[in-house]
Amino acid sequence: MTQPATAPLRAPLDIEFDYTRSLGPVLSQFMAALAERRILGARGADGRVHAPPFEYDPVTAEPPGDLLPVGPEGAVLSWSWMPEPLADQPLAVPFAWALIRLDGADTALLHAVDAGSAAAMRTGLRVRPRWAAARTGSIRDIACFEPSDGAADDDPDTGSAEVNPGMTITPVRLHYMHTASPGESFYLRGLAGHRLLGQRDGVPTREEVELSESGTVTTFCIVNVGYPGQKVTPPYVAAQILLDGADIAFGHLVLGCDASEVRMGMRVRAVWGDEGVSHFEPNGEADAPYESYERFM
Amino acid sequence: MSEVAVVGFAQSPVGVREDATTSGVEMLVPTIAEAFGACGLTKSDIGFWCSGSSDYLAGRAFSFVSAVDAIGAVPPTMESHVEMDGAWALYEAWVKLLTGDADIALAYGFGKSSGAELRRVMALQLDPYLVAPLWPDSVSVAALQARLGLEAGRWTEKDMAEVAARSRAAAASNPAAQVSGQVAAADLLARPYVAEPLRAHDCAPVGDGAAVVIIASAARARELCERPAWITGFAHRTDSGSLGARDLLAVPSAAGAWSAAGGGSGAWVDVAELHAPFTHQEILLREAMGLGDGVTVSPSGGALCGNPMFAAGLARIGEAARAVMSGRAGRALGHATSGPALQQNLVCVMSGSGEA
Repeated sequence: MTQPATAPLRAPLDIEFDYTRSLGPVLSQFMAALAERRILGARGADGRVHAPPFEYDPVTAEPPGDLLPVGPEGAVLSWSWMPEPLADQPLAVPFAWALIRLDGADTALLHAVDAGSAAAMRTGLRVRPRWAAARTGSIRDIACFEPSDGAADDDPDTGSAEVNPGMTITPVRLHYMHTASPGESFYLRGLAGHRLLGQRDGVPTREEVELSESGTVTTFCIVNVGYPGQKVTPPYVAAQILLDGADIAFGHLVLGCDASEVRMGMRVRAVWGDEGVSHFEPNGEADAPYESYERFM
Repeated sequence: MSEVAVVGFAQSPVGVREDATTSGVEMLVPTIAEAFGACGLTKSDIGFWCSGSSDYLAGRAFSFVSAVDAIGAVPPTMESHVEMDGAWALYEAWVKLLTGDADIALAYGFGKSSGAELRRVMALQLDPYLVAPLWPDSVSVAALQARLGLEAGRWTEKDMAEVAARSRAAAASNPAAQVSGQVAAADLLARPYVAEPLRAHDCAPVGDGAAVVIIASAARARELCERPAWITGFAHRTDSGSLGARDLLAVPSAAGAWSAAGGGSGAWVDVAELHAPFTHQEILLREAMGLGDGVTVSPSGGALCGNPMFAAGLARIGEAARAVMSGRAGRALGHATSGPALQQNLVCVMSGSGEA
């Protein structure tokens, strides 16, 4: 670390999760058709054709009737240029975002256009979809759009389609640079040196207090439910622990004894691991009387 | 006659804050203290708290619960949260006061926009089936709207640059502003596009910040503030979530909210603080709401000079209230937007006399 020892600590945080979404009757048809390299729209009560289709008519709130084929070609209604694409966008090379009105539709679809350069883009440009090779029933089955020369699209389908009917999965990857507050940074630096440090009340807090490694279980629960990434095998105890000298309890694990032995008032001490306090374990002292911690529940 | 008034406002300086966490506490504590100091209140006077923030922006679940550290969870208090700009939190607080459940309420909004990749995070507010999986970023979506207006002859790139130049000049007197100063529109137009047709000056800067607005019932407002900003109208509306199915050059939700809040023919305000994160959106909002040349628009510099996510809309209402409380305006409106390309809009109208 090149930061001064008092600067707030910072670290990247990468989060990944998949949204698995049920599609409902309308979008199920739309996505299944995409996997077959077809695009569907819906006709509204006012006669306008929406592509993508609506789930409920914006005028009457009724679900659509039979979906109808649109496109696959269309015209650009508006566009913007993406000179340095961001992660997970449809193309890794500079491209245009565009609102595209597919032939036969009255509304527009938002997608990417692989035009090569901004100079090649214009409103009114005719475009056609470039289909993804491996299709799953997702809006990304359209890899992007590309300028169309007007010739019939006789590109043979050499790709594959594997659709989980009625479902679509969207992976989400987010990146953050988290900063710790000055007080948190002080606490975290203490943990790195196997010291438990607190701060006395103040706005902002300034007075630093070194705390005991021992404390009292004020309340606890026994975790019986597993989850992905869990490092301790259930059943185990998650407890609130009031360190000697502190006025606020904090949450940690109590291990080193059977979960059924943990109780309110149990005296415990910190066990250090590679990343600060690994857990707390019984320290063998007699239980603290309830009156000594009831104020901190 | 109005029953509720804004009696206090404070906001943190907007910028990239290395010392602030995504919980907002470091930005909120001094800002709440400043708002309390101005009207002689303490935490125990607040009957209802409501906050606006986002877990996606913070990068952790239930991030707004950590923010409660800034107001103190003990003794227990009546508290709520919206996953929207703090302006919508203020709306909830206003309704709470109208029910009579509380006399004084505090709304706050906060966002550490610089901790996330803001343009990408904002893609998650889009249609989760048809649009978000493509990760269209917030600047690119706004650029699609800007080009529609350019090609329809509704505005020019020069018009957009002039909005930026005017905003930055106005922000010179706003100590919270992230960018400010004199700049010629012609010089701005010489700079490169970031998302053609948008240049950097067309887009709000990425900044961290917090804003706080305190409101009080009629019985309490006069004792807390010499000249309360009486809320005479407060409304919010939303347009279709389908970007390709709505007319991006009309903002019926802004016009509708303004109308429901007392706008329309014969209505007047001296000051309109508009939450327009992109230059062309200020032009769209002025047209949609029928704000003429007699209205001073965003004398604070507006969101183009400081746009902390989830706080900037609330700050617009606070700035408008400040114009009334200081006597600079007889009547002012604060506006907030949310969603892509001005999808959702909120208008709060305030007056010094309390007459609608």
